[in-house]
Amino acid sequence: MSQGDGEAEIGPVQVRGTVLTVRRVDAYHAMTLVAPGVAARFRPGQFLTTAVGGPDSAMLLRRAFSIHDVRPDHGGTVEFIFSADGPGTRWLARRRARDVLDVTGPLGRPFPVPRDPVSCLLVGGGYGSAPLFALAGKLRDRGCAVDFLLGAASGDRVFGALTARRTGRIAVITTEDGSLGSRGIVTDMLGQVIHDARTDVIYACGPMPMLRQVTVLARRYDLPVQAAVEEAMACGIGVCMTCVLPVIGNDGITRMVRSCVDGPVFRGDQIRWDDIGTIPFDAFGAPGWEPRPGRPAAGGQTTASGATAAGGPGGPGGPGGPAGPGGQAAAGGDAGTGRAAGPGGQAAADLAGRPGHGY
Amino acid sequence: MATDLRARLGHVELPNPILTASGCAGAGRELAQFQDVSRIGAVVTKSVMLGPRAGRPTPRMAETPGGMLNSIGLQGPGIDAFLQRDLPWLLSRGARAVVSIAGGTVDEFGELAARLSDAAGVTAIEVNISCPNVEHRGQVFARDAGASAAVIEAVRGRARYDIPVFAKLSPDVTDIVEIARACVAAGADGLSMINTLLGMAIDTVTMRPVLAGVTGGLSGPAIRPVAVRCVWQVREALPDVPIIGMGGVRTGADALELILAGAGLVAVGTTIFNDPSACVRILRELDEELARRGIDRLSEVVGLAHEPGTRMATGRKLARTATGRPGDLP
Repeated sequence: MSQGDGEAEIGPVQVRGTVLTVRRVDAYHAMTLVAPGVAARFRPGQFLTTAVGGPDSAMLLRRAFSIHDVRPDHGGTVEFIFSADGPGTRWLARRRARDVLDVTGPLGRPFPVPRDPVSCLLVGGGYGSAPLFALAGKLRDRGCAVDFLLGAASGDRVFGALTARRTGRIAVITTEDGSLGSRGIVTDMLGQVIHDARTDVIYACGPMPMLRQVTVLARRYDLPVQAAVEEAMACGIGVCMTCVLPVIGNDGITRMVRSCVDGPVFRGDQIRWDDIGTIPFDAFGAPGWEPRPGRPAAGGQTTASGATAAGGPGGPGGPGGPAGPGGQAAAGGDAGTGRAAGPGGQAAADLAGRPGHGY
Repeated sequence: MATDLRARLGHVELPNPILTASGCAGAGRELAQFQDVSRIGAVVTKSVMLGPRAGRPTPRMAETPGGMLNSIGLQGPGIDAFLQRDLPWLLSRGARAVVSIAGGTVDEFGELAARLSDAAGVTAIEVNISCPNVEHRGQVFARDAGASAAVIEAVRGRARYDIPVFAKLSPDVTDIVEIARACVAAGADGLSMINTLLGMAIDTVTMRPVLAGVTGGLSGPAIRPVAVRCVWQVREALPDVPIIGMGGVRTGADALELILAGAGLVAVGTTIFNDPSACVRILRELDEELARRGIDRLSEVVGLAHEPGTRMATGRKLARTATGRPGDLP
């Protein structure tokens, strides 16, 4: 896709994934599948989608979930976290070992990782933290210091609190009811943690309001944010155009880009958070939009152009790179009312309203 | 397999009758990761407009029983980007490109047809007349026979003579046959049916419409019976007009149902969201369904359901070729 035609090696695959385990993890479920092609291609931040309900299912839309972890066992396994709060995710929660799912992945742009060993703060809300642990491993491999700031409504909804405390240099937990860590929400503690950890880069995955606030606060400290967003999506592969949000490209032009293929990871400062759910008047192709003099009119499609470029693969220099599916975001789909969710790791998935990350 | 699956799109011959439905496959590039787009009959592109278009606000989609509502608003980069990037890509992959066009005025449709005619490699044009007519209080062209005919006449007039023009009809009309006749009289080489049905969902938690655009197009298996009915009625009235059938096709048997109703070709839409390799799977399944019935040529069964009498002969053949397990019978 945006990378041209070389997708054969790095692009997603559609496979029959065999369920290995489905287990409860506090308020959530964790499903492990044997899906060799998906595991082999995975990079932290990417997501997968699975069809739900079987071949005759009346639930037509695939559910998207951030990939939590992959392992080489059995030829390649993938694990994702979900909240069984809609008909699709409840169906998933009822799967048993050896059941087969139609799985597609890995999808979306991964978290870009810095070239240099910098201090990274990983911020997660609800089960939006799910994709952050694979990222943490990759960052540590590069010599980065990894700190965690995780939060949720209650202690049983902070996914990975134990792992964060065990593996993070600093690990701060917040809960709205005070049942774990300090009472409040993650952004209450963000400034303090940034100060204590001498953070250079922030990676965030969780509910959209959290991502927005993290981006706003990070700007005060002049820190780059890589945010994995959560938008309702129907296809997860870039054809349905439902998961779009306004993103400013490197050329300064705002485009309605697809969070499934141009994200789910974006630079926080390139997302027009306050305009999500609208078509900004100056967005490429908005009613009355005209190319500014001297600027090429041919915008890319939603895909490739500016916005994507922004994310660029890679990570040169720090976190600016391309983003992937936020842990949270993508996945969510199962909304009871029909919202499909994005993989954001969180939850978006089966909730009746906006998919949330468990917040 | 031995079945002759060749199908005709107007005077153009395609290797098989399975197409993508407009709006469900982009311009083929994303699907190519999961299936060989040159194997299906043709890729019908997402509707292309003259200029870039940002579409509607989100939420744009709601899952509904057996289908979904969408309110995308024709987001796309416009004809220039399409001709520069998407069409050449499709052709480089050996795919056949049926280009869907959409406009707000009759002239825009005509202009798009002319632009496509200047480009090499367009297999056919599908005219998405389910767009609001900006010159007529936003009334959808497809709901009015005169407006539909005006668009088709403009497109047929400016499209190269050897590019077939198909009109895509909306089921949201009192009499689809009337619109079909008007389009054919205006020069349409064939008809695509059906577009989505207008629907709506309300979130009972927020107590507000789910879609930002309030209403949206209903698609998916839930609408298949409507598609079968529309294809049937038009085939009955206009037996010689080629039809691309679409609406909720999920399996080879579903495709066969539309073919029996009178569609010579079948497009797969929303099912692609459920299964990104659906087109090649449905093609294989259709081939198997035909083989199981001892049918040598696809063209033998197009519109077959309209023939009087029982289908005992075919039924016996089916029983013979099946393994005998009830599960093998459709």
